[in-house]
Amino acid sequence: MYRETILKRFEPRLDNILYILHDLQDNNPQHYLSKEDIAKCADYLNIPYSYVHGVITFYSMYSLKPRGRYIIRLCDSPPCHLMGSESLLDYLKKKLKVDIGETTADGVFTLELTSCLGICGVAPALMINEEMVGNLTPEKVDAILEERRQTL
Amino acid sequence: MNIVRNHILISIDAGTLIAGARSVEDALVKEIAKQGLNKEVSVLETGSIGITGRGVILVVYPEGIYYAGVTPKDVPELVEEHLLKGRPLTRLILVEAPKRTIISKGKTGLLKEQPRIVLKNCGFINPENIDEYIAAGGYEGIAKALQTMTPEDVVNEIKSSGLLGRGGAGFPTGLKWDFAIKTPGDEKFVICNADEGEPGTFKDRLILEGDPHKLIEGMLIAGYAIKGTRGFVYIRGEYGLSIERIEKAILDARSYGLLGKNILESNFSFDISVMKGAGAYICGEETALIESLEGKRGHPRNKPPFPINAGLWGKPTLVNNVETLANTPEIIRNGAAWYRGYGIDKCSGTKVYTILGHVATPGLVETEMGTPLKDIIFEYGGGIKDGKSFKGALIGGAAGAFIGPDMLDVKMDFINLREYAAALGSGAILVMNEDTDIVDMLKSVLHFFKHESCGHCVPCRIGTARLVEIIDNIAASKGNKEDIEQLLEITKVMKDSSFCPLGQSVTLPVSSALKYFKDEFLSRIAS
Repeated sequence: MYRETILKRFEPRLDNILYILHDLQDNNPQHYLSKEDIAKCADYLNIPYSYVHGVITFYSMYSLKPRGRYIIRLCDSPPCHLMGSESLLDYLKKKLKVDIGETTADGVFTLELTSCLGICGVAPALMINEEMVGNLTPEKVDAILEERRQTL
Repeated sequence: MNIVRNHILISIDAGTLIAGARSVEDALVKEIAKQGLNKEVSVLETGSIGITGRGVILVVYPEGIYYAGVTPKDVPELVEEHLLKGRPLTRLILVEAPKRTIISKGKTGLLKEQPRIVLKNCGFINPENIDEYIAAGGYEGIAKALQTMTPEDVVNEIKSSGLLGRGGAGFPTGLKWDFAIKTPGDEKFVICNADEGEPGTFKDRLILEGDPHKLIEGMLIAGYAIKGTRGFVYIRGEYGLSIERIEKAILDARSYGLLGKNILESNFSFDISVMKGAGAYICGEETALIESLEGKRGHPRNKPPFPINAGLWGKPTLVNNVETLANTPEIIRNGAAWYRGYGIDKCSGTKVYTILGHVATPGLVETEMGTPLKDIIFEYGGGIKDGKSFKGALIGGAAGAFIGPDMLDVKMDFINLREYAAALGSGAILVMNEDTDIVDMLKSVLHFFKHESCGHCVPCRIGTARLVEIIDNIAASKGNKEDIEQLLEITKVMKDSSFCPLGQSVTLPVSSALKYFKDEFLSRIAS
């Protein structure tokens, strides 16, 4: 029923679709847009299911696949690349035993890449859910992962 | 503000939050109370002061001492030494700070001063307090416009100021406004493009985080000038703090009667709403942004018609970048002639740069148009880190140009860089030291474009994919000479036939990398 509550916060106008999708996704325990999310959004805005699906696939912040509790979005734009993000990506892949876009077997972490986060002064950087982390090293990555595991 | 002995300004922006600014702030407040100083010392939040990568930054006034890399553990010592005993804590003092603090032209004393027009208030006022913005002269520009100028006067003032759009292309702002005012329409919109996605660029974020009211005032001036009715700020979804601060600023401005009906008792009514993007570089292109605002996939539109004639919901729409709009309150307040006193003849004012990569002090710098690149890198940026030598730079983000050491003397402004087939673009300056692998950097740039190509037109969709295949091959030492020709050929076709600037601009990084560093590509092939 939480979906109705979210939808009611917005007028049923097409220009609210990005906000609605953000909120539906943020409130989905698996951080993605499920078929039910899409159907409810389409109903509410009186548009086809396929239209909503099309909007979702266009924007990189939305996911159609269930994701982990924590979404790690490592920046791979040139400024972070220059400061060594590629080796961090390898490190994260190995450490989490996942490839880009995959979720760890325990469902805790999803590894994604993102374009520039605009915090290049502390490159290389990543975002973990809403939080930004910079000046990354393998040790710091370990600490971040460990800290998140403690919260479970 | 209460009368107190010391003010401590703590910079709260996305960069310092990473470094733990909130926990330092909490520790400060507690420690000050513990030492019984809470009537004498106040702790105030401000935006970024333009220094990044140096941890939590504090400024203690009236002394004007900058501390960097402060952790909660340092706080008891800092409070005791500086605030109780009056001895600044030397081990945390940021020595290079004074360079960045001078805010007006003509002040003497320090060699490297920054003329701050756009960033005037960033790092000095609390961005979440509208009264501080007003106390710093805020909303005087719109008040002056409403009370003493007609919309046509405002357009003419902006025109004669010589302001060029700061989004990247450098189109004359006054001219754009002139088109807008001449376009008939009962409803007209002003959109602020805050979909800052150009890699290495975060000037707009720091303006939004550090001085959101300035942007609101800029949009009000634009709205009044073109007889607009509504404004929209389109911010990328990743910029959480920017969204929070601009939303608060809009609410505060509304409660002061600075947004809404009959602003400052005039006939001008205008309101602003915020739109949050969802991760698409292409939405920085104005027509794609408009599509996205309308709730669609962010594909660019055919031009013409330009947004000025038929933009959002088919109505006349003015789209300006954050930095462009943030210039306008000062222009109206101080006049076009004053503004032309900064910069060069055909490109007036200042430019905000982000200096990044292998420099000693990465951060945000505002300098006059026409400042030589080497001054920006070696004086403001502190030179190359760890005593290495300069190899090159990528200027203007991913859609920008690589340059080599012989370009260090080039003057940075829209007009001059065009002559060198480079572009000022977003103002990002990514500095690379002698150890940098240019092939690898170009690879990163091309991967970026492949990921961000929206798929709407064939040249860009297929072109970026082919470019990535080729550069991956070259980087893996599996390429041949024809591959290099292919890179140039493909980007040329993309430039001529891509639908929007995304595909058209790929030629710039590719051709410039090959112009300045061709040997490096060739040696990758030979080996």
